[in-house]
Amino acid sequence: MRAKNWLSALVLAWPLASAAENAEQGIDIPAAPGIGTLLADPLPPIEEQELGELLAHPEPPIKVQAFDTPNDDGGSITLTWPRNPQISENAMYQVAIADSPSGPFRVVAEVAATGNLMSEAPALFGRRADLENHHYVNVEEFAAAGGKTPLEDGKTYYFHIDVRSAGGAIRGKVIVNAESKGNFFNNSKINNLVLCLVFSGLIMGYIGIARRRELKIRRIAGLEALDEALGRATEMGKPVLFIHGLRGMDAISTIAAVNILGRVARRTAEYDTALRVVAPDPVVLSVSQETMKASYVEAGRPDAFNPDHVFIAGTDQFSYAAAVEGIMIRDRPAAHIMMGYFYAESLLLAETGSTTGAIQIAGTDAFTQLPFFVTTCDYTLLGEELYAASAYLSGEPRMLGSLKGQDGGKAILLAVLVLGTLLETFLGWSQLTHFFTP
Amino acid sequence: MIFLSRTLPLVIAFAFGMLGVIGYYVPHGDAQSLEREMALWMRIVFAFSYLLGLYSLLNLHWQRIRQRVAGWAYSLIAILSFAVMMVFVVYNDGLGPFTAQAEAGGYKWLFDNIQVSCASTMFSILAFFIASAAYRTFRARTPEAAVLLIAAVIVMLGRVPIGRELSDFFPIATDWLLNVPNLAAKRGILLGVSLGAIATSLRIIFGIERSYLGGGAE
Repeated sequence: MRAKNWLSALVLAWPLASAAENAEQGIDIPAAPGIGTLLADPLPPIEEQELGELLAHPEPPIKVQAFDTPNDDGGSITLTWPRNPQISENAMYQVAIADSPSGPFRVVAEVAATGNLMSEAPALFGRRADLENHHYVNVEEFAAAGGKTPLEDGKTYYFHIDVRSAGGAIRGKVIVNAESKGNFFNNSKINNLVLCLVFSGLIMGYIGIARRRELKIRRIAGLEALDEALGRATEMGKPVLFIHGLRGMDAISTIAAVNILGRVARRTAEYDTALRVVAPDPVVLSVSQETMKASYVEAGRPDAFNPDHVFIAGTDQFSYAAAVEGIMIRDRPAAHIMMGYFYAESLLLAETGSTTGAIQIAGTDAFTQLPFFVTTCDYTLLGEELYAASAYLSGEPRMLGSLKGQDGGKAILLAVLVLGTLLETFLGWSQLTHFFTP
Repeated sequence: MIFLSRTLPLVIAFAFGMLGVIGYYVPHGDAQSLEREMALWMRIVFAFSYLLGLYSLLNLHWQRIRQRVAGWAYSLIAILSFAVMMVFVVYNDGLGPFTAQAEAGGYKWLFDNIQVSCASTMFSILAFFIASAAYRTFRARTPEAAVLLIAAVIVMLGRVPIGRELSDFFPIATDWLLNVPNLAAKRGILLGVSLGAIATSLRIIFGIERSYLGGGAE
């Protein structure tokens, strides 16, 4: 009984004590019509053993901040408040929302006393050391009469944070408000933008240099062999088979493959060699047809272009593989050129192709498939070489300049990797990593 | 004509390339809805392009049958299979062609019992191809191939129970091989790929790369 009396005294004294504390801190608390309700609410009965926990009973946070969630497209408000180190691990913060300061407030989120720390969301709040002493919650919707309702941009919402523990809930007296809005820049991507600008500047710079003087580019054996493969096909009077990877036109590897196809088609048109192109996707088919047609026109051989030489062999992974393998076995092309992003069908294609005795040149940025191509093809373009191929084959100074820019970017990344490893190993300083992560 | 065949595609590539870049950094609802709109248009174009794909596939096989080229019977099977599937798709287990595909019926049965089985068969052939490719690769004719052979033997033994029975060295060495040299090589390739993708995108956006317009001559 004595415990209940102490508790009642504490609860009654708490708003007064908090008000005095707020006055000292200069915090302006808006009218909180719910406090009266709190005091009027009967507290649930309590056992003696829970007293210890209740004496360390958490106060609802006072320094609550509400603001539009940064870096988003609107419809979200973030609340933050300081962590209370004395709070029981079993206690929960309850965030309540209303569209007017007088309520009615509805619970919209629950946060564990040890959870949702601002330090856990660096993309939102950065990486300051003191962030581990603050909680946060993002509110995007609340339960209304008509079901879950998303927050409206430009509308003011009001929040208070309660604390619920074994002894019941204590309502927060601080009511804060905020409006959500769409943001025009995602600040968490600023390092990405800076790096992108640096690399783009480097590439554009080298393109500018390439216009003035000749740049030396390292030899890529797989691309040097392209001419050999096309020449061999011409001598043998057999076709060249160009095989696209499985991804659609929205993949950069497919765009790179189409660029290579443009170069290959021009050579085959000049050599008067038959070129067959197989695609797994209708959009890739259309783009390949147009690219090949334009190359034949450029080479002065529009009559040699046959749109039926570019075709879909299948849209399903293994149907595609089976169809292409059939073409390899039946038509016996002199050269197989496999470019793009491949999956498990890579080995099926390359191994079947190797049994026909054709020269095989593969290029992919799928590193899981690279070992299969390396073991079964005569030449393999590894990763970035696939992207470099078109520029390399063109021999145009501006295109070669972009390759040099790529190498410059790699040199910077290598230097940062070495520096980061040294800093982490000898000084335990890992902040360099954060320049490259959101 | 030069405008339509050269300038306009370059302008479109620049405009939509820049929109894609801006959409990545600007989270505002208007920018995102523009991106969604573009994605929707892409899906519409893609749906129509399927007709082209269908024509291409059927035409290829029809020409093979007509010219009686080697293996024309397979082309006949392809066209007959398409026709049978089409009949069941339109019939749609009695629901007709204007409702969502039924979860049962002839189409589902053919897909589960023929298409899936054939795809699984193709996939299972991979095991034999891996063995033959590995045999060729692991003939230790060069120092690099010898290193590859040793690493492969260690990883294979580290991944099967008998390796652990033979020595604790195998699983430990396997983990080290996969997590250190293998992962380092993977990341190196990925860095190169990312830079290559940036360079290719820039070349296309700024009209330096024109080979997709044919040949690439200025």
